[in-house]
Amino acid sequence: MSKQRVIVVGNGMVGHKFIDTIIGSDNHNFEVITFSEESRLAYDRVQLSYFFSGKTADDLALTDAAYYEENGIKFVLNDKVVDLDFPNKNVITASGRVESYDKLVLATGSFPFVPPIPGNDQEHCHVYRTIDDLENITESGKTSKVGVVIGGGLLGLEAGNALVNLGVETHIVEFAPRLMAVQLDDGGGALLKRKIEELGVQVHTQKATTEIVAGEQCRYRMNFADGSFLETDMIIFSAGIRPQDELARSCGIAIGERGGIVINNHCQTNIDDVYAIGECALWENFIFGLVAPGYQMAKVAAAHMQGDKETEFTGADMSTKLKLLGVDVASIGEVHGQTPGAQSYTYHDEIEQVYKRLIVSADGKKMVGAVLVGDVEAYGTLLQLKLNDMDLPANPSVLILPAAGGEEAAGMGVDALPDTAAICSCFDVSKGDIKEAVAAGCCSMGDLKESTKAATGCGGCSALAKQVLDSELASLGFEVNKDICEHFAYSRQELADIIRVKRIKTFSALLAECGSGIGCEICKPAVASILASYWNDYVLEDEHVGLQDTNDNYLGNMQKDGTYSVVPRMPGGEVTPDGLIAIGQIANEFNLYTKVTGGARVDLFGAQLHQLPTIWKKLVDAGFETGHAYGKSLRTVKSCVGDTWCRYGVKNSIGFAIELENRYKGLRSPHKVKFGVSGCTRECAEAQGKDFGLIATDGGWNLYFGGNGGMRPRHGDLFASDLTDEQVRTYIDRIYMFYIRTADRLQRTSVWLENLEGGIEYLRKVVVDDSLNINAELEAEMQNNIAHYQCEWKTTIESPEKLKRFKHFINSQEQDSGLVYKIVRGQRFPLEKEIEVTELV
Amino acid sequence: METSNTTWTNICAANDLTPNAGICALYNEQQVAIFLCKQTNNVYAVANYDPFGGANVLSRGLIGSTQDIIYVASPLYKQRFNLSTGECLDSPDHKLKTYNVRIENDQVQLKEAS
Repeated sequence: MSKQRVIVVGNGMVGHKFIDTIIGSDNHNFEVITFSEESRLAYDRVQLSYFFSGKTADDLALTDAAYYEENGIKFVLNDKVVDLDFPNKNVITASGRVESYDKLVLATGSFPFVPPIPGNDQEHCHVYRTIDDLENITESGKTSKVGVVIGGGLLGLEAGNALVNLGVETHIVEFAPRLMAVQLDDGGGALLKRKIEELGVQVHTQKATTEIVAGEQCRYRMNFADGSFLETDMIIFSAGIRPQDELARSCGIAIGERGGIVINNHCQTNIDDVYAIGECALWENFIFGLVAPGYQMAKVAAAHMQGDKETEFTGADMSTKLKLLGVDVASIGEVHGQTPGAQSYTYHDEIEQVYKRLIVSADGKKMVGAVLVGDVEAYGTLLQLKLNDMDLPANPSVLILPAAGGEEAAGMGVDALPDTAAICSCFDVSKGDIKEAVAAGCCSMGDLKESTKAATGCGGCSALAKQVLDSELASLGFEVNKDICEHFAYSRQELADIIRVKRIKTFSALLAECGSGIGCEICKPAVASILASYWNDYVLEDEHVGLQDTNDNYLGNMQKDGTYSVVPRMPGGEVTPDGLIAIGQIANEFNLYTKVTGGARVDLFGAQLHQLPTIWKKLVDAGFETGHAYGKSLRTVKSCVGDTWCRYGVKNSIGFAIELENRYKGLRSPHKVKFGVSGCTRECAEAQGKDFGLIATDGGWNLYFGGNGGMRPRHGDLFASDLTDEQVRTYIDRIYMFYIRTADRLQRTSVWLENLEGGIEYLRKVVVDDSLNINAELEAEMQNNIAHYQCEWKTTIESPEKLKRFKHFINSQEQDSGLVYKIVRGQRFPLEKEIEVTELV
Repeated sequence: METSNTTWTNICAANDLTPNAGICALYNEQQVAIFLCKQTNNVYAVANYDPFGGANVLSRGLIGSTQDIIYVASPLYKQRFNLSTGECLDSPDHKLKTYNVRIENDQVQLKEAS
């Protein structure tokens, strides 16, 4: 059978996509010829603006002659198809060339609409569509001081960016009351305007240009309907697109009332064997001015031509996410209240200039649309909710609220998505496709992009694609590299061994011994912790200052606004009335927010850097020590009063708790460590939920190890029963030090124990039977630590040199002006941003 | 304090800087984080405001390197910023303002980047 001849008129993005689909289908029954009136093969018009930031025409190219030739695609450039002869199935070009076809695909695209304003055809009036247009704009820019874009839509703002890049004073003139009138609501449009104006671009909304005449200060003057005017040296028209249907119209193909080649769900026109795809095509009276729907049409037409009658074009999602003039903007679904009864959540942060509005159905269960300006992080999640018509979470506002301290941004786990969920709509890559790619061996974003093309179009899905990739890799149990970071090819345990065996005392010595680079926020605090665990130096020695997280460095916990919290130690939770009064007076004097913690002590919030030494001086004078709430170290030993007061107490739990807290305080470890000591089996101190737990029985202490609260609660394992005080001290010394030696960075005892081969049995052999013959060493190390304990705050306030760092500015006594508070329940809190719920009109 | 954008302004003594850590300076009514990296023997200056955490804290972050880039990691949520260019390594959309900084006659000096 002879090959079918397919002619593709137009070699833009969609025309090329069609050809690429045919190539990819490995169907050798087609012979393809494509015609373009431009001098170049298809290039990426979506990225056109990058032409101004240095990308060349070659960088933007989607294909090249070699690729087409390799795949047997014939192409004719600079020759416009001017006539179609349907009875004989021929196309005729401007140069007189005649080619026959079996199937014809019209991918003629669109052209920029230039409003019929008198004077719109002058030398420095341009449109923004092709690389040639951009070259002309660049030329005009060289002799212009002021430039105007007519049209404040998506493309208009891109054109505005081009003018900014050319260094001309830039104005955007829009007929509608807001920018991006189609995609944004009033709030989003207003914020976008504000942001763009801050970049020096002047925005004029509700201006109808009536004529362009000669100017006085500049080349031209634009007169507006309201009597005002604007002078400019050049003008770019970007007032929308119109389908390029001239050829089809002149040859009698059915055209819509307002233009566009009418197509059915298979992208067929009313003429046999003639298809239309992309921006020239009118489907259900709608022109799709985005590339993704065009790509879908290209695939549908290619499928239909190959006998697949099932695949249909059934409309497309018009959601967009993009960066305009450096401002992130996204729009999903319906945003103009087309859905009756719809309600919305609005988050508007005027300080950070973020606007997010989530529109939900009347019953609040489904998403209708969303507008995001300034922060489009939520786009991926919201788009999936919309496209898959998924149920919203019980409180949909979390989808647009900023993440609270340290937590991942709210959203939905990618695991919740169905395999059919479209992750990349530019290249139609579903979650299932990514899973397949991973199963086939792809394990990085680079691999994924190469094998599926996901995230290589607009790039809007890259975060989501990465999440799916990571989740898939994790579920397949991929081996995780244990190197602590790129500076040391060792795990934390190996580094600890090197430091101990080679008696290394500083980070720079370790770096010289076995590392590279200057270190990072991962390895520096980890090494600082190991150094402190073995040598227990003062953590603010000059050598160590650059290693510590800010919490260790300023001996306080940094809060969300950059101030610190202050936690004095209260061993066992015991405090004298005088001590409590002293804390109250200090909190009062510095207006600190005061709260009793879960660890049975008092936390004082909101201390500024320069206040810390004074606050601590007063606390130390009142007999307090640092509580190490900021350190990866012993936090608290929670207890009950035991047999001292309680009717049921069996042993003196409060006394022993205080002794243990004082024994291990200040000791740095891979993660924080908590103790609990209960005076009887009623377990009021919740000791089984702590790293080390003691419960008094008639026969002595039961020692539990590896308990945890927090995210993954776990009861500790019973390590040994009926122990004496002395046995408890010895066993804990050994277990604690063994954990410090061998645990990973930020690994709690519970996880360490679970990962320890042989578990609690093995630990018992090491600690009780000394199977590794290291107990003497472990005990000596612990003794050394205990002997070197110092209250870091006491040492710090006695050293004027160290105190120099405790002020906000090195060169001024002024305070941080960014701190703002509100009063709630009689105390101050950092000012929060507010959320409001409004009913749509 | 009158300062000009085009001349160098004295900020503090060179030994006020802590090796491999940051300090915050008030310069032309802006908060500027200045870092001294011993290994590269360079000083760097960027805006002190952390755009992610929304607080003036970057001078209190840890400095580190990845390949040849020297960066500061925010003490709040750990985003890393290239100290030479201000670019955020974890979210290229965000960029800190940078300043010219030098040590001259034992004085740390700042100037607006041109």
